[in-house]
Amino acid sequence: MKKDWTPLALVPVIALVALPLVGSAPTWVTLTVAGLAMGMMIFMMASGLTLVFGLMDVLNFAHGVFISVGAYGAATVLTRMSRQMEAEGLASDLSAMIPAVLAAIALAAFLGWFFERVLIRPVYGDHLKQILITMGGLIVFEQLIHVVWGPDIIPLPRPGTITGSFIVGEAAIERYRVAAVVVGLAVFAAMWLVLNRTRIGLLVRAGVENPEMVESLGYRIRRLFVGVFVAGSGLAGLGGAMWAMYQEQVNAQMGAQVLVMIFIVVIIGGLGSVGGCFLGALLVGLLANYTGYLAPKLALGSNILLMVLVLLWRPRGLYPIGKA
Amino acid sequence: MLFRLLSGDFPRSRALTVVLIAILAGLALAPFIFPGTRSLNVAAKVAVFVLLVASYDLLLGYTGIVSFAHTMFFGIGGYGVGIAMAKMGASWGALALGIFAALALSLAIALAIGLLSLRVRAIFFAMITLAVASFFQILASQMSPVTGGEDGLSFRLPELLRERLVAYYVVLGVALALFLALLRVVNSPFGRVLLAIRENEFRAEAIGYRLVNYRTVANCLAALGATVAGVLYAIWLRYTGPDTTLSFNIMIDILLMVVIGGMGTMYGAVLGATLFVVAQNYLQDLMKLASGSLEGLPLLPALLHPDRWLLWLGVLFILCVYYFPAGIVGRLRR
Repeated sequence: MKKDWTPLALVPVIALVALPLVGSAPTWVTLTVAGLAMGMMIFMMASGLTLVFGLMDVLNFAHGVFISVGAYGAATVLTRMSRQMEAEGLASDLSAMIPAVLAAIALAAFLGWFFERVLIRPVYGDHLKQILITMGGLIVFEQLIHVVWGPDIIPLPRPGTITGSFIVGEAAIERYRVAAVVVGLAVFAAMWLVLNRTRIGLLVRAGVENPEMVESLGYRIRRLFVGVFVAGSGLAGLGGAMWAMYQEQVNAQMGAQVLVMIFIVVIIGGLGSVGGCFLGALLVGLLANYTGYLAPKLALGSNILLMVLVLLWRPRGLYPIGKA
Repeated sequence: MLFRLLSGDFPRSRALTVVLIAILAGLALAPFIFPGTRSLNVAAKVAVFVLLVASYDLLLGYTGIVSFAHTMFFGIGGYGVGIAMAKMGASWGALALGIFAALALSLAIALAIGLLSLRVRAIFFAMITLAVASFFQILASQMSPVTGGEDGLSFRLPELLRERLVAYYVVLGVALALFLALLRVVNSPFGRVLLAIRENEFRAEAIGYRLVNYRTVANCLAALGATVAGVLYAIWLRYTGPDTTLSFNIMIDILLMVVIGGMGTMYGAVLGATLFVVAQNYLQDLMKLASGSLEGLPLLPALLHPDRWLLWLGVLFILCVYYFPAGIVGRLRR
């Protein structure tokens, strides 16, 4: 298959076009780092959705719940760990952060398992019911979050090592954003390796192309489904935890709030495509930060304009997956 | 006479007939049998939402497509009246112009969305409408000189409509007339084609019906219905704002009403909207009682907290999708 590189050029093109518009180089660097960081977090939240769609043909409107639950899980652990949070130094910060992030992933993954098992399994193959059921799940679980964690917004402190910023040349770069970029790249690399270099990844990709064939070769596609759903939910939980620390607060609606943005990313990338999703997330993140600086009023709508433009260029997204 | 009025689509169940007549009588006589502002507000909201939900059912239940832009059209109706009244003064001309402009805008947007995205799969349409609707919501909150931003617009109506009783019967009358019109649409040959598409789009296309055309027309009709509902709601509240018309929560409410009432049955819209609006206004009181009496037990008071009423409707919604796809109406008709 011929590689299609053109969409990849979009990221540097947008960044370069923004440079003269922004005017000053240090501001541009700050904005670009912020945009990349935001893109990485969006990617973590969106990648599970696009994988689940690609493999199982299920569009999960309740994906936002996994994001919120991940954020709440991380917040619960972090607020319990105030001793480690207050202590100076990387080691103690990590000893609070790692359990928090693991808790977020575990909680979201468990919820994902429950969700697939109880809610989605009976409605495979019926899009209308899937949309309705996952909307229902969104309503119920958002309310359950209120029951468990209370209706108020929880402020979320960030550990000392990753707050504040450092200066490169004249540009101020927030530490947390660099951390987000690193984690995001690691997640993308891990996903890429798993999908392209392991047997499971091979089966997943084959399942996306043609599930019946994989099944007839003797593999249990059902188990693969569950695994991918759980992994996707866990990723959403990780993204939710990162996003919550970025916003420094947690509320039950945060998942639903980012859901529209995630859908846009998934549409831009091409439904089911992980690479496209990564690219789409970066584009949305960069554009949001540039327009937020240049034309604040446009910022909220910029990603929708981007989606329209991309769809005019490639009606099925940047990297469409085999199935129409 | 009755046959023509209901387009031959009778409730087909004694219990359903009784419930429908009770609702209709309750709405028609609401100002006299339930005195008080709150109950009249509830009655007016029921009337508006019956129309809104019925027009959504045309899409979801009869055509089998999920749209998340229904609140956008609802909002266009509300803002059409709101902007015309607030900027041009409380005259009948301005009201007519506002309504007409809102209808034209809705029609244009529905046509554009339909032609662009109804060609592809239903799931794509759902996502596109979600994105467009949220864009519209942003637009309304950002263009505060015109739309009043987050605060919305309060306005005065022409003299006659300031009378609450007149306004109420205008709302009820228009909602009822359009509900009957929608009943006519779904029982027309056009409505039969929509059902055919819902049941088996491949076969419908093979017989020779152009799917895109039928779906787009259904989308436009639904959008116009929602716009009129928005107009009525604005007339009743004398206010238009993002929270009363555009918010995603209202979209969720509409979904709950359609599914609980019964998809693909226009009467389901009546039942769903009535049940939901009454629950929204009175269930909380009941839950407060229940929650209070369970004081001291673990978790239960939190689950029955008055603010958690949506939780129980959400559970009912999921049960409906699994076990009663035709909702309450489907149960009653058995």
